Amino acid sequence: MIVEIYITLKRTVADPQGLTVKHALESLGYKNLADVRMGKMVVITLDYEDKDKAEREINEMCKKLLANPIIEEYRFKIKGQGA
Amino acid sequence: MIKPEVYHTLGLNDQEYKNILKILKREPSPTELAMFSVEWSEHCGYLCSRKWLKLLPKTGKYKTLIGEDSGGIIIDDLAIIFKMESHNHPSQVEPKQGAATGVGGIIRDIFTAGARPIALLDSLRFGPLSHAYNKYLLRGVVDGIQFYGNCVGVPTVGGEIYFDESYNGNCLVNAMCIGIADRKKLARARATGAGNSIMYVGSSTGKDGIGGCSILASNEFGKGDEKRPTVQIGDPFTEKCLIEATLEAIETGYIVGIKDMGAAGLTCCTSEMASAGNSGMDVELQCVPRREEGMEPWEVMMSESQERMLVCIKKGKERAVKQIFLKWGLKANVIGNVTADGFVTIRDIDKIEARIKAHSLTRAPVFDMPYTRPKKLKELNSLNLTGLLLPGDHNKILRKLLSSPSIADKSWVYGQYDHMVGTNTVVLPGSDAAVIRLKGTHKAIAATTDCSSRYCLLDPYEGARIAVAEAARNLVCAGADPAAVTDCLNFGNPEKPESFWYFKNCVEGISDACRAFRIAVVSGNVSFYNESPKAAINPTPAIGMIGIVSDVKRACSQGFKRPGDVIILLGRTLEELGGSEYLKEIHGLVRGRPPKLNIDLEKTIQKTALEAIEKGLVNSAHDCSEGGLAVALAECCISDKENMIGAVIDNLNYSMRTDALLFGESQSRIILSCKKEYAWKIEKIAKRNKAPFHTIGRTEGNRLKIFVRRKEVINLPLEKLDEGWRGSLKRHLSIIPRN
Amino acid sequence: MKFGILVFPGSNCDQDCFHVVKNVLKKPVRYIWHRETDLSGLDCVILPGGFSYGDYLRTGAVARFSPVMKALADFAAKGSTVIGICNGFQILLEAKLLPGIMLRNKNLHFICKHVYIKTENNHTRFTSLYKKDQILRIPIAHNEGNYYIDARGLEDLRNNNQIVFRYCSATGEVNDQYNPNGALDNIAGIINKHGNVLGMMPHPERSAESELGSNDGFFLFKAIFKWLETQKHD
Repeated sequence: MIVEIYITLKRTVADPQGLTVKHALESLGYKNLADVRMGKMVVITLDYEDKDKAEREINEMCKKLLANPIIEEYRFKIKGQGA
Repeated sequence: MIKPEVYHTLGLNDQEYKNILKILKREPSPTELAMFSVEWSEHCGYLCSRKWLKLLPKTGKYKTLIGEDSGGIIIDDLAIIFKMESHNHPSQVEPKQGAATGVGGIIRDIFTAGARPIALLDSLRFGPLSHAYNKYLLRGVVDGIQFYGNCVGVPTVGGEIYFDESYNGNCLVNAMCIGIADRKKLARARATGAGNSIMYVGSSTGKDGIGGCSILASNEFGKGDEKRPTVQIGDPFTEKCLIEATLEAIETGYIVGIKDMGAAGLTCCTSEMASAGNSGMDVELQCVPRREEGMEPWEVMMSESQERMLVCIKKGKERAVKQIFLKWGLKANVIGNVTADGFVTIRDIDKIEARIKAHSLTRAPVFDMPYTRPKKLKELNSLNLTGLLLPGDHNKILRKLLSSPSIADKSWVYGQYDHMVGTNTVVLPGSDAAVIRLKGTHKAIAATTDCSSRYCLLDPYEGARIAVAEAARNLVCAGADPAAVTDCLNFGNPEKPESFWYFKNCVEGISDACRAFRIAVVSGNVSFYNESPKAAINPTPAIGMIGIVSDVKRACSQGFKRPGDVIILLGRTLEELGGSEYLKEIHGLVRGRPPKLNIDLEKTIQKTALEAIEKGLVNSAHDCSEGGLAVALAECCISDKENMIGAVIDNLNYSMRTDALLFGESQSRIILSCKKEYAWKIEKIAKRNKAPFHTIGRTEGNRLKIFVRRKEVINLPLEKLDEGWRGSLKRHLSIIPRN
Repeated sequence: MKFGILVFPGSNCDQDCFHVVKNVLKKPVRYIWHRETDLSGLDCVILPGGFSYGDYLRTGAVARFSPVMKALADFAAKGSTVIGICNGFQILLEAKLLPGIMLRNKNLHFICKHVYIKTENNHTRFTSLYKKDQILRIPIAHNEGNYYIDARGLEDLRNNNQIVFRYCSATGEVNDQYNPNGALDNIAGIINKHGNVLGMMPHPERSAESELGSNDGFFLFKAIFKWLETQKHD
């Protein structure tokens, strides 16, 4: 089972990278950008298919290591079977 | 009617609230209440410390400059501005961003004075690395410093790192910045001239850092707390642009005053700039660029969003200044103007949210805190050396001391800092003090940070005196004349009399030592309430000191340079083990009194070493500190990885315990190495200055051998010394999750 | 004979490069703001180190769209001299004025220290004052110095003698032990096919004066100047 985890800075935290990239895109001519936020994506392939177990474990992984709860939030998508 | 629970939560007591009513002659608005609470807080108002800080000397042998947010000295046509500040609590919570924003904040205090930042130093303290969280903190803080310092292009050239149980749960991150300016082009942090404009520059304002004031939220008490970030993200790229834009703007001559928005952001800037200029300010909050929608007026005033400044500009010159900031991609909005009425008037779409006399805000009350000597100190100070087991294997002890994290090599840390950007670093990290040249002159600045918190725990007055003496000694070893101090005073809860007793005595110690050396304290910072649930931290008055190297070609470093040199010990060794690293690491004891400091003796040693270095007679200079003579000698042998040189020390004829001779931390001792032909010249200088002088050995081979009264007590190959010392920090650190 | 030093928002070694050219080499030099589009009058352009645009997104990725970069591409196409140092090298790679890409250092940390590099090709206008295989002591300071190019690209570089510097030991051994950042084939600096554009990760401007520990870097700047002189006379 493949899980895609998206980790971004919390909404209320400043995102200087996002802002810089937004300005860079605007200078390339893309004028209709409301917002740009930067984040990380982590792809984890689990060797079991139990969805509930996956949700529980991925939540634990995010809280313990992958995301810093002080400044980051996360969400994830379970993509189904196989690699 | 404002409920007591509201102003209590903001940190104001009943008496203070009564004073506010008296000052305003009416009830305060929520915004006004927030502004008072923050300006009268310990952090901004220095309520507990001001009375004692007055003791610190503001003048010395060099001409001093004392500004609103920083200070410095004058050397020829240059002003050297420097300051050290703490960011302890944020770093404990989020080490990377806490340390990063600490670096950002201190840099801003320097360039808003008109000085180009040229060096950073960091004084860091953590609990032992045996705890996973402390490993996480060390990694995070170093990452934060490198993330911010490297990107902003200011070299991090020095500092110190110590590990001690007392810092468990409360690490210390003190950042120091040095900048230089043409003495005629400095800027002040004040607003003057009715009609002049007030401009906001830098990043947008968000809801950062106002968690503590959430009680004022117009939505339910406590609701939405989690929406307010407690830690800000540093943006060193914006800061770099701010540095260039600000220095360019100050060059125009149109800037009347400028101030960094640090703690309590706009509140601090508006009230303090107006008060410093004996004027008033009228500000329209709608002009403040925001990152979030629907911010309440008090949120805009309290926000601690990073990388923002407030500028007072000559009327009519706003456009010219704005152009400079826009060129660098920064926001620049006129948000108000200076008034003559002495009031800080804050409007939100023309509605007056706050109107307070600037001086009322900035003249916070001064508290006279009670203090009592801790009862446990008497017991702690007793140390019976006869009861202390004499070690058999001194080699083993030396190796153990060299690999203890507080003493071990720190290149794992400073190798992550760009310490060469600016092409001014002449003596790199890893020596007693960094040396930064001043281009266009023959001179250089040496800089160091020092403090033995263990000495301060055992005897705060002596410990603080020693911190000053040691910093000066380190600068002398780099070839510099000690010039001025910035201090960062880290202590526990000042409301506890035993804790405050430490603060008072440390300040007295610093003051007396600085006066004795004729060194001014030009700037500084106080950080109270450094406590974990278990106890307060050891009293830690960190001393940041700079010195002047009169000829950069004579800058000196600590490693032995070549075989066949004579090794000289200046100073006296006494049988003192109190408070030593050896006593702690080997015998598990923190007891006794710090080694005695005789300032007159210290002066003779420093004068001798500096004169010898300036005359070009010296190849290396290193002072004896943690771990004593043996550790200092080992460091001289192995400091330079590409040029490790052994030594034979065979002229130690003291009669005292061998462990005290090798590892005792007697003060005022410097190890010099020199060409054989120069030894007598140095002896002559020592005699003239009445400094104790002994030739103790010579550099040779690839081992460190120490004999005491002809008996061999240390014999180790350099590789073995290096192995323990150089890789220690990395070995203590391993990948570990956050909790 | 004029040098120009590009300044992007976030560049921080521009003043160091300026100092070397003006005060050490004692030649005319000016800053070029990233919004300028006219490089006429300049004989050599230096892209200095630093963190242009904070290194946000990817190092050099945003800088390469600055208005000046089009003029720089024309300048290079004409055969004029360009040198990219550290972040400057990263920008040249993003702009495809040099082949390959910079990845994060293998140990995932920023590394600041003196290293040794070997002069693999001393027939360039940049390295003519060095002997073949001469070992230089020059510092590095970067997060992303792990040079990578695909197998075909590496073959090209080798066949065309485009590899100018390699990380090595003090005695010239080129192997993993003396590779500070994991760069492919210990590559520390390369030139383009034409030989007029050099990119290098170590900072020659930081070792242009003995006072700073080494003056090996000085001769790189001197070599450029010497080459420009010969062009003047042609």
